[in-house]
Amino acid sequence: MATIKKFMYVNRKAPYGTVYALESLEVVLIGAAFDQDVSLAFVDDGVYQIMKGQDTSGIEVKNFSPIYSALGDYEVTKLYVEKESMEERGLTLDDLMPLVYEDEDDDWAEKDSITVVSRAEMAELLEQQDVLFNF
Amino acid sequence: MKLAIQINEGPYQHEASDSAYLFTKAALQAGHEISRVFFYHDGVNNGTNLTTPPQDDRNIVKRWSELATENELDLVICVAAAQRRGIVDQGEMERNGKSAQNVADGFRISGLGQLVEAAIEADRLVVFGD
Amino acid sequence: MSTLHTVNKSPFEKNSMSSCLSHSVADSAILMIEDGVYGAIKNTSIAGDIDSAVKEKSIYVLGPDLKARGLNEDQLIDGISVVDYAGFVELVCANDKVQNWL
Repeated sequence: MATIKKFMYVNRKAPYGTVYALESLEVVLIGAAFDQDVSLAFVDDGVYQIMKGQDTSGIEVKNFSPIYSALGDYEVTKLYVEKESMEERGLTLDDLMPLVYEDEDDDWAEKDSITVVSRAEMAELLEQQDVLFNF
Repeated sequence: MKLAIQINEGPYQHEASDSAYLFTKAALQAGHEISRVFFYHDGVNNGTNLTTPPQDDRNIVKRWSELATENELDLVICVAAAQRRGIVDQGEMERNGKSAQNVADGFRISGLGQLVEAAIEADRLVVFGD
Repeated sequence: MSTLHTVNKSPFEKNSMSSCLSHSVADSAILMIEDGVYGAIKNTSIAGDIDSAVKEKSIYVLGPDLKARGLNEDQLIDGISVVDYAGFVELVCANDKVQNWL
């Protein structure tokens, strides 16, 4: 029997200032091939990873934000964004990229990948996982 | 119990590799299996054989190599992170036309899938980073 | 289900400690390592938060990291236990998973 574990990638760092966000995303993409029950959490500065309108042309670094939009194609469709982390940073959902996926079980209807959760709900989500990835 | 370790930081700059090493040693002493140690981000720099630390300091790379030999540890350096940072084995040297290889004894370069696989197969994943 | 949380940052430099405290459910285990050990000391600006956490969570500090930084057990907030690396390993095994607040 193949083991299916609940994997959560916990993103707590902003992009570009350090490489953690990008290299974490690389694990998510590779990990998608392993057919685990995958979700991503965006907590603390991690919420900055999925900001709309990222333009890195002035810093000569690759803009990797489009990869988040492609996660649905990798069947990575559970993205939990913490409400308190957004609020502390003066952000609302409108400041984030609209991330969606096509639900094959529902006639390929387009659905939101992002679920906004409270800090208490995030704590519960962490608790429900088998493996927590931190970068 | 089967434990997998991930190290995100290079040697000497950050305590992560020291903590991971001492944790690994303690786990082995307690009779646990360390199924894999995965070096990611700047952690790949733990696997270069070109370091020359001062005589009175610990030799981080060498002691990982020795621990690996003594306990048949699987020390895996992430290839994508390694290519960015200049950690090169024989195969990478030939493929990318580099002038040298610098992977220390007991380490091997492999893909990110090795981290995911380790997380699936081990009972616990413990991450040491910044 | 139970989780071991580790914190390796000084609470005066990064928010890892406060994030850990607010994201760990009751009965969790929290281990302070590396610069995280500064969070275990009495009379700091965050000691009150740790004090409250001790009441519903098990809080540990890694002895070798404490000693390295010139700190000792007498300076710890009441209710925090000191473990060595063997104890760290035991905590990892005794909980189902590990969340490392880097």
